[in-house]
Amino acid sequence: MRELSVDRIREEVKRLCIEGAYILEEDVQSALKSAFEREVSPMGREVLTQIIKNYEIALEGVLPMCQDTGIAVVFVEIGRDVRLDGSLEDAINQGVREGYEEGYLRKSVCHPITRQNTGDNTPAIIHTRITEGDRVKIKVALKGAGSENKSRLKMFNPTAGVDAIKEFVVDTVREAGGSVCPPIVVGVGIGGDFEKSAILSKEAILRPIGTPHPDEDIAKLEEEFLEEVNKLGIGPMGFGGTVTALAVHIEVYPCHIASLPVAVNIQCHADRHKEVVI
Amino acid sequence: MVDYPRKKGQPRGMDFKRITPPLTEEIVEGLRAGDKVFISGTIYAARDQAHKRMFELIQKGEPLPFDIGGQIIYYVGPTPPREGMVIGSAGPTTSSRMDEFTPALLKAGLKATIGKGARSSEVKEALKRFKAVYFVSVGGAGALLSQRIKKAEVVAYPELGTEAIRRLEVEDFPVIVAYDMYGGDLFKEGVEKYRKV
Repeated sequence: MRELSVDRIREEVKRLCIEGAYILEEDVQSALKSAFEREVSPMGREVLTQIIKNYEIALEGVLPMCQDTGIAVVFVEIGRDVRLDGSLEDAINQGVREGYEEGYLRKSVCHPITRQNTGDNTPAIIHTRITEGDRVKIKVALKGAGSENKSRLKMFNPTAGVDAIKEFVVDTVREAGGSVCPPIVVGVGIGGDFEKSAILSKEAILRPIGTPHPDEDIAKLEEEFLEEVNKLGIGPMGFGGTVTALAVHIEVYPCHIASLPVAVNIQCHADRHKEVVI
Repeated sequence: MVDYPRKKGQPRGMDFKRITPPLTEEIVEGLRAGDKVFISGTIYAARDQAHKRMFELIQKGEPLPFDIGGQIIYYVGPTPPREGMVIGSAGPTTSSRMDEFTPALLKAGLKATIGKGARSSEVKEALKRFKAVYFVSVGGAGALLSQRIKKAEVVAYPELGTEAIRRLEVEDFPVIVAYDMYGGDLFKEGVEKYRKV
């Protein structure tokens, strides 16, 4: 057994929240620069210019790249040989609390009905899984609501097939339009059940841009979907252009013979995700 | 507008129109979808909960917390400022959530809004009817836009925190005309040009 203090987890979550808001990951930075090179629409290039300049300002560590510093979505994989000395959820929430306070991030979490703000951006959305080994892997995404609000889930008939799924993905992006801050990353969860497909779609957007799905057939679908999405012409901020999405990521999971759940999670260009292995 | 693609020696924002609120009908008449505009002067920050409250005031026939005539509302909920700074990151939020409240505010004299994304046909109609304009600033560019805000002061609903109504003094605040008072629609026109399906 490896003894691990939950204080270490609190410390790492706090760091990941702050760094997430200020330091755009390399994969997203290079995808945006490449989008600027590829984009043919003058207005699209103007928008990408501002987007690139913006994350460069944020890298200085004074102003978060976006005012919607999101709700913290935390995926934790805990090796079964790890023993924690306290509550994992408390440690994560304490890390979020301290990160949002000390990082000057916006507290955007509130009661769903009274709309009373919780004041410290907690509770986080936490997904945990027990894995082999003695490591703890933590992924943190600061998920803004502008893109999250346009995400969708549909329970298809099992006979629907790939074309119907593709149409659903493309329709979701079309209806989202410019309000989701394109160029976007589209996460697609296919299979599982109702909630599993949604979690898959969220995991899909956490995969670094430029890393195709390990299964060749799924990777091919990702390319095909991306091409279709970019034919929509929505472009940066919806002003028209050739780059609507930077990537489409698909995750799959077996499902019931009678069902075919498909979830589409949209990630804005301020694609803030960080991870650490302890 | 920013340094990235600008050639050396070329001044900033040569192709931008410049406006200062309060906006007159003449100013609004001169703006067309696709125009790049620098706003300098006073604008007001308000989003979801503040809109709900202002809408209720209008319905009850009570006065709004600030004189809305000729003004611009920016849909923004900033991050908290660091010591010595006036405001934190301050980019636009999704405008369509304010759609149900916007025609009433335009009727009360509001001349422009700033946000991101497309809006309802009701808002578009109200822009034509009340001669007003809808601007978009670049979503997710909150750090860049923050640097164009020189002063910020809460004028109503401080209990709403980031959603309080703020009076902002801005300088060369970059926006693009998305909908003009003639029915011009940048989203529709722009997407038509590049759509391949």
